[in-house]
Amino acid sequence: MWNLLRIELFKIFKRPRTYIAFGAIAIIVFLFQIALWFDGKTYVDLILSNIDASFDFTDQFKHRLLNGYFVCFAILNILLIQMPLLVALVSGDAIAGEANMGTLRLSLTRPVSRTQYMVGKFLASLIYTVSLLLFLAVLALFGSMAIFGTNDLIVFRSTSIHQMSVDDVFWRYLAAFAFATVALTTVASLAFLLSVFAENAIGPIIATMSIVIVFTILSEMNIPLYDRTIKPYLFTTHMVAWKGFFYVKADAEGTTLRGSIENLPAILRSLAILCIYIFLFTGTAIWVFREKDILS
Amino acid sequence: MPDIIIASHLFKHFNNIAAVDDLSFSVPEGKIYGFLGQNGAGKSTTIRMLLTLVEPSAGEIKIFGLDLKRHRNEILRRVGAIIERPDTYKYLTALENVRMFATLSGARLSDRQILHQLEKVGLAARAKDKVKTYSQGMKQRLGIAIALVNDPELIILDEPMNGLDPQGIADVRNLILTLGRDMKKTLVVSSHLLSEMELMADSMLIIDKGKKVVEGEMTALFHPAETMVDLQTNSVEAAFEKLVQTNLNKFIFNKKGDHILFRIHRNEVPALIKQLVQMDIEIVSLFSKHSLENYFLSLTTENQHVESFKD
Repeated sequence: MWNLLRIELFKIFKRPRTYIAFGAIAIIVFLFQIALWFDGKTYVDLILSNIDASFDFTDQFKHRLLNGYFVCFAILNILLIQMPLLVALVSGDAIAGEANMGTLRLSLTRPVSRTQYMVGKFLASLIYTVSLLLFLAVLALFGSMAIFGTNDLIVFRSTSIHQMSVDDVFWRYLAAFAFATVALTTVASLAFLLSVFAENAIGPIIATMSIVIVFTILSEMNIPLYDRTIKPYLFTTHMVAWKGFFYVKADAEGTTLRGSIENLPAILRSLAILCIYIFLFTGTAIWVFREKDILS
Repeated sequence: MPDIIIASHLFKHFNNIAAVDDLSFSVPEGKIYGFLGQNGAGKSTTIRMLLTLVEPSAGEIKIFGLDLKRHRNEILRRVGAIIERPDTYKYLTALENVRMFATLSGARLSDRQILHQLEKVGLAARAKDKVKTYSQGMKQRLGIAIALVNDPELIILDEPMNGLDPQGIADVRNLILTLGRDMKKTLVVSSHLLSEMELMADSMLIIDKGKKVVEGEMTALFHPAETMVDLQTNSVEAAFEKLVQTNLNKFIFNKKGDHILFRIHRNEVPALIKQLVQMDIEIVSLFSKHSLENYFLSLTTENQHVESFKD
C-alpha cells in the first residue's frame, strides 16, 4: 500500500495541473493581503457599516480589528467556498484521467488489487487536500500574522459580535483547518466517485462543482420547509460548520468565556455527517470500480 | 509442452450482445501464439479477460495452471502486457514510467537496471526525456520495456505494431522473435497485420464474431508450400457436385457464393487447372492466393458459408 501511495503522490505532484490550485490560492491570498495592507481601513469601514448603527466604533477599535487573525478569517470566508473546485481538479481526475490517458488498463494489469489501487488513489487525493489546506494555512494564517500582527479576533454575525482574546484564537484556527480538511475531503470523495463513471476528467470536475453549487444554494435558501426536510442532509450545510469554532459563549454580563465554543455538539454532528458522506462516496466508488469492466 | 493459458467456454455479453461466444483455446508454453480476428471479432475483449480488465460473463481461465479469478495477483506477477496503445504518463520520463510500473509489478529495480531495460528497446539515450516528446515507435518500445519490467514468463501484446512505420514494425517483430525464440517466453500477440503474424507466430487462433474459427499450429493450418486456389464459376453447384466425386474433393477448402476455394500444394496447381478444364467446368476466373491474409479472409469474410473444411 505504501508503494501505491508513493506512486500516486509522485504522479499528482509531477503534474503541472496540480500546481494550478496552489497558484490560485497564492494569488488570491496575496491580492487580499496587499489590498488590506494598503487600504485596510476602507475594508473595515465597509464591514462595520453592516453592523447596527447603535454601535460606536472608535478608530482604536478599528485598528485593533485589522490584525492577522481577522484577515485570515476573512480569507477563509472567501476561499473555503472556492476550494472545492480546486480539490475536484485532482480528485475528479483520479480515475477518469487515467482512463482518458489510457494508463488505467496498464496499471490494472499489474499485480495490485483494485481495492488497493482505489485506496491508494483516495489517500493520495486526501494528502493533496491536506497539503492545499496547509498551504492555505501558511499563507493566510501565518502570512497574515506576519504582515498584520496579532490581536483579539472579532467575528461579526447578523445578530451578535464575538470577541476572542489574542491568546484564545490560534487553537481555533487549528481546529477550523482540521474541520475544513474533513469538509473538503467530502468534496474530494464525491469527485472521486464521479471519476469512476467517466473517461474524461472534465465531466467529474464539472459534475462535482454543479452538485456543490446546487447544494450550497439549497443550503442558503431561507425556506422553512427545506430547513427541516432537505438542509440537514446536504453535506454543503455541514461544510461551513468550521465557523462554529469562532462563535464563543459569553457570561451573563456579556464577557466572552475563554476557550468556549457556542455550539460544540452542532460542530460534532456536522463532522459525523461529513464522515458518513466520505464513507458512502468512497465505499461506493470502490465497490463500483471493483465490478467495472475496463474498456478504456 | 504444457499449456500456459487454458480458456474454457468463455462468454462475454455487453448489453445482451455477445462479444465473446463460447470461446475455448489453449496457449502452449514457449510459443508465439497469434491471435487473429477482424475488428470487433472479440480479440481485445478476450485479451482483457486474460488480464482481468473485463470479467467474463461465463467460463474459466487458467494461467500457469492457476485459476485466474482466485490467483489474480500471483498470476499477473508473471505476466507482462500491452493492450491496444502503449499509453504511459506523458508528463513523466521513460525512466520514471518504467520505475513506477516496476514498483507496481513488485520488481525492485535500480536506475541502472531500468536503463538496461530501456537499452534493450533502444531508448536508453532518451531515458530522461519526457514521453510527450517521443515518436509513436518510441512509445511502443517504451510500452514493451514496461511489459518486460518484471521479467514475465507470459507476454500478452494486443496490436503491438499499431501506428508504427515499417522500421518500427520490423524492430517490434525482431523483439518479439527474440523473446519467443531466443528467450523462450510465451507470447500471445494479436494483430491485424497478418503478414507480420505469418512471420512470427508458431500457433494461431482465428476468431470471428466472438467464436473460434480455427486454432492450431501454423505449419498444420497454413503450410508455406500450400496455396489457396480460388475458382470462380457461373455454375457453382454443378461444378461442386462434379468435383466432390473426383480426387479433387480432398483439396476443396470451402464454397461461398460463386467461388470454390481449393487448398493445394503449389506443385499441383497445373494439374488442378488441367483437370478443371477436362471436366468442362465453366471457369470465369481462377487465381492462386498464397498468404495468411487470404486464408484468414476465407475463414472470416462476411456472409461466408463454409460447406467443406478439410485438413
